[in-house]
Amino acid sequence: MTTSAVLQVEGLVKRFAAADETITALDHVSFDVAQGEVLSVIGPSGCGKSTVFNIIGGLTDADEGRVVVEGQTVSGPHPAIGMVFQEESTFPWRTVAENIAFPLEIAGIAKDERAARAREYLALVGLQGFERHYPAELSGGMRQRVAIARTLASRPKILLMDEPFAALDEQTRFLLGDKVLQIQQKLAQTTLLVTHNIAEAVQLSDRVVVMTYRPGRVKQVVAIDLPRPRTSEVVGSVAFQAFVAEIWNDLREEASRGMLDAEAQSRRAT
Amino acid sequence: MTNPRDTGTAWGPIGLGFATLVCLFAVIEAMIRIGWINGFIVPLPSAVLLSFERIIVEEGVLKRFLFTAAEALAAGTLVAVVGISLGVLLYRKQILRLACETWVAALAAAPLVLIYPLFLVIFGRNALTIVMIGFLSGLPPAILKTVEGLSGTRRVLIDVGRSFNLSPSQQFRKILFPAALPTIFVGLRLGLMFALINIVGVEFLINFGGLGQFVNELAERYDLPAMYAAIFFVILVSVGFFLLTERIERWLGRT
Repeated sequence: MTTSAVLQVEGLVKRFAAADETITALDHVSFDVAQGEVLSVIGPSGCGKSTVFNIIGGLTDADEGRVVVEGQTVSGPHPAIGMVFQEESTFPWRTVAENIAFPLEIAGIAKDERAARAREYLALVGLQGFERHYPAELSGGMRQRVAIARTLASRPKILLMDEPFAALDEQTRFLLGDKVLQIQQKLAQTTLLVTHNIAEAVQLSDRVVVMTYRPGRVKQVVAIDLPRPRTSEVVGSVAFQAFVAEIWNDLREEASRGMLDAEAQSRRAT
Repeated sequence: MTNPRDTGTAWGPIGLGFATLVCLFAVIEAMIRIGWINGFIVPLPSAVLLSFERIIVEEGVLKRFLFTAAEALAAGTLVAVVGISLGVLLYRKQILRLACETWVAALAAAPLVLIYPLFLVIFGRNALTIVMIGFLSGLPPAILKTVEGLSGTRRVLIDVGRSFNLSPSQQFRKILFPAALPTIFVGLRLGLMFALINIVGVEFLINFGGLGQFVNELAERYDLPAMYAAIFFVILVSVGFFLLTERIERWLGRT
């Protein structure tokens, strides 16, 4: 653990009670995130990635272990952590500008300043001109950009994203990944990204934490030393493909275990 | 591709509906004139149409409509305030919800208008009785849809609120209630319709009030064309109310 880390995850254990057994979703998961770093957590379905996301975000408690943000143990939602969810999370009854201004409204910031900051973050995500539109009038990718802008408007120290592009097609994912890279590089935003998409993890990250299938443990931490600033053009490079292959080598066994487990469960159910 | 609305073909279904009604009335008119339908029981549609001017100019149907509308507004306000409040209470208190939800749903199906004599005893033969029956009959859908709307708020929106550290009151005001509003409005709309039906029905039964009393009066005078004209007027009021609330519901759904 580096003492200069902004976010420290120490020995997380999480268990869930199932019908006739206790399932250990996370088994002593530890990692840290440095200031300005982009760290991805990747693993097969059922490895506990979303559980890690929820624990760090303070939405659920770990059974053992702790999360430390700037020296403070997290025990609930923390103002230093901003969350972007996998599902579509914009408020349909608010305009785009009102959505982005939401955390500022909660913080009691004056209306004029809210509007100015909303415009600033709207421009950052490339949605100028859509202030008065409602989310229903936007595409899925645009709505996710609004959600990102809304979280960034609260100026979190750490941006926590749970598969933010999962609902989007691959082309939109790469382009949105470009946009996130631009934003992250401009703001030097510390980012923790939970994903199952290897290419996305390599495209965006400085390091990738590879998790095992259940119980989720840290199997490997891969340093992605692709040059910065980075764009989606890096996807075609030999180095990029090599990192994807390396991570897949670590993940393949875990993904197979997950698939076999799912099949066994289906057979038991029938 | 041209939008059918731009070329006026959206009027097609409306025109077809209107034409169907006209044909139906023409057939009834013919059957009465031939003698296949007793003209002493069912008036000629043409006579009913001519009676519209009379009920507006001579019988003061608009004034009576305003009386009924005032009762409906009073009942509707009570439905909204009490219905939404009780719905929120049932949403918050699981044990109350488990205990009461089925009874509330049963109340929605009960013909409350039949116990109007009890209301007469309690409140007297006045507008308050009518308003209270309207209120009680409109209450169940408002309560049930409020519970449904709040319970149906997407989990991720609640998590967004939690991630921004909203207090329970902020969570309710800024996320739960606005998210539930389209569904709550459906409940209010249904509640108001039930209230309106029962208000006009009780006015008829106790011979007091606005449009319902008017229909009763005309029936007692055996002025059948005017009576049917008054009934159609009530139907037109209901259709107007339905269209207005449908527009509001669509606007709420869009936003």
